[in-house]
Amino acid sequence: MLAFLVQRISQAILVMFVISVIAFAIQDGLGDPLQQMVGMSVSEEEREAIRDEMGLNDPLVVQYLRFAGNAVQGDLGISYFYGKPTLDVILEHLPATLELAIGASLIILFFSVPIGVYAAIRPQALLSKFFMGVSTVGISIPVFLTAIVLIQLFSIGITVDLFPANTGWGQSLNSALSTKGGLPSYGRGDELTHLFGTWHSGFFSQGGLLHLILPAISLASIMLPLFIRLIRAEMMEVLQSDYVRYARAKGLQPGRINFLHALKNTMLPVITVGGVQIGTMVAYTILTETVFQWPGVGLMFLEAITRSDIPLIVAYLMVVGLIFVITNTIVDLIYGLVNPTVKLTGKKA
Amino acid sequence: MTTATISRWDRFRDSFLWYSFKRDKIAIVSFLVLVLMVAAAVFAPLLAPTDPYDLAQINIMNSELPPVGMSGADAAFPLGTDAQGRDMLSTILYGTRVSLLIGFGAVVLQAVLGILFGLMAGYLGGRVDSILMRIADVQLSFSTLMVAIIVGAVFKASFGNLMFGEIAIYMLIFIIGVAEWPQIARTVRASVLAEKKKEYVDAAKVMGFGTRRIMFRHILPNTLSPIFVIATVQIANAIISEAALSFLGLGMPETQPSLGSLIKSGFDYIQSGSWWITLIPGLVLVVLVLVINLLGDWLRDVMNPRLYKG
Repeated sequence: MLAFLVQRISQAILVMFVISVIAFAIQDGLGDPLQQMVGMSVSEEEREAIRDEMGLNDPLVVQYLRFAGNAVQGDLGISYFYGKPTLDVILEHLPATLELAIGASLIILFFSVPIGVYAAIRPQALLSKFFMGVSTVGISIPVFLTAIVLIQLFSIGITVDLFPANTGWGQSLNSALSTKGGLPSYGRGDELTHLFGTWHSGFFSQGGLLHLILPAISLASIMLPLFIRLIRAEMMEVLQSDYVRYARAKGLQPGRINFLHALKNTMLPVITVGGVQIGTMVAYTILTETVFQWPGVGLMFLEAITRSDIPLIVAYLMVVGLIFVITNTIVDLIYGLVNPTVKLTGKKA
Repeated sequence: MTTATISRWDRFRDSFLWYSFKRDKIAIVSFLVLVLMVAAAVFAPLLAPTDPYDLAQINIMNSELPPVGMSGADAAFPLGTDAQGRDMLSTILYGTRVSLLIGFGAVVLQAVLGILFGLMAGYLGGRVDSILMRIADVQLSFSTLMVAIIVGAVFKASFGNLMFGEIAIYMLIFIIGVAEWPQIARTVRASVLAEKKKEYVDAAKVMGFGTRRIMFRHILPNTLSPIFVIATVQIANAIISEAALSFLGLGMPETQPSLGSLIKSGFDYIQSGSWWITLIPGLVLVVLVLVINLLGDWLRDVMNPRLYKG
């Protein structure tokens, strides 16, 4: 176990090193801090003097070491646009993204487990086939499109007048197919509760929760099909195993077998895949936040790109990279702890 | 020559592939829809009523006309017009063309990279294998879309908007191809590992063939069916990635729109009630991706290769 631990942590440090080199290369290749600081009137000699003073003429290795040293101490530069340390800017935007991710994860958890288990227990049932069909279609719909359709349906609303309005059935069909809209589709609202530090939460007010509904459903919609399929596949495999058959032969209640014995072993691979999916989730938050103008780190990153705010882009890369590396390492370690056979493959590779 | 083509056709008609295709309604419908969409995209310059790239054919007075069947529609624009007065039918035909081109090009690039690295990792093994697969692991843990967004962002910041717009097609093929190669490399590696142990490889070694010849002439043909399956699904993924990048403004410019940038430009007008500018290209995108995914599912069931899923 110790060898496994050391191996995984050293790998995480190596990955972080590579990320920092890439981030440094971006900063070095794209940003000319001098251009941002001084005007056109400054002469070439003066520029050269400032360069020397700032250490921009030092060898690349020295510059990288300075960059990495500052980064380790939490100094990732000053944002051009906000005029504040980039880490502060990111920390201000992070709670919004976290709340969006938490909301989506809750939706995924509450829907994927029952649907996946049901589809595994009754694979031939009409409802299971319906769920699997919907999840195939769901995988093919990009997250921003789901978001746009949700906005059209529940924020703007649609009026259907396909059926004759002068008949009773036509009217009721029209009104059944029309939606009222009215749900907020822009930002987080202003009813935020201050928790601590930079964390302003939308979880504790009606307005905040209403603003969360559409973005969270959109974000969940793209991951939900994947988890339903995964839980179904794993559960079907577990249901074939000897211990489940034995439990059946012993005459245990089906509910007890399915939800206590089988589900426990189903969730293990689901948790690891879930951990790995955090990377995908971060990418999808960028898309979701763009559609809903949700003031999280994804939107901040995209705005930084359009503003060419290089220090902020670099800082975002470092922070997101760190989050990925930490979660992946923890997921690996948990998996190694729960499932000792993994250690062998870990050693081999 | 003629006998050879006839016998090949007969072989195809007797094959299990054709047999199961004939019996799968979903596969037939998906295939027909896909052929129709690809044909419409390829022949877009002939089919489209107007050329959306030609500014002389656009009249701003025609902007935001609804599709036929709604009040205020113009019969000249069956699917309505966008905010610049471009005919939606034409822009969608041309947009599908761009999306398919990028999706196909990106998959060709990732297949080249994935086959090369997958073969090397699987056949050579040892240090080559562990280095290549570690890179693949790390890249996949960041998710391909995330890698594509970051690379796109860096390219856009370094080239500037105008320059990026001009070479956007090649950039997107490169970005998506490079971001997704691990998927194919893993599949190739898994089947190479299985093939490597077989006797024909030993026989080839005994006969003194070189490593490269064994890798590409002997092993590669036997790993083609899983590559084929995953490449099909990857085209759908590449089209979605392209649409996502374009939606974020890191892809095709509005003057040369793909389906993704059409959805993006329409999204700005959805609050004013012009839903068709964004939802019709969206529907086309979903149908395109869905039929490719369904065909991929069907192919996987027929060929039943043990796909390595990470």
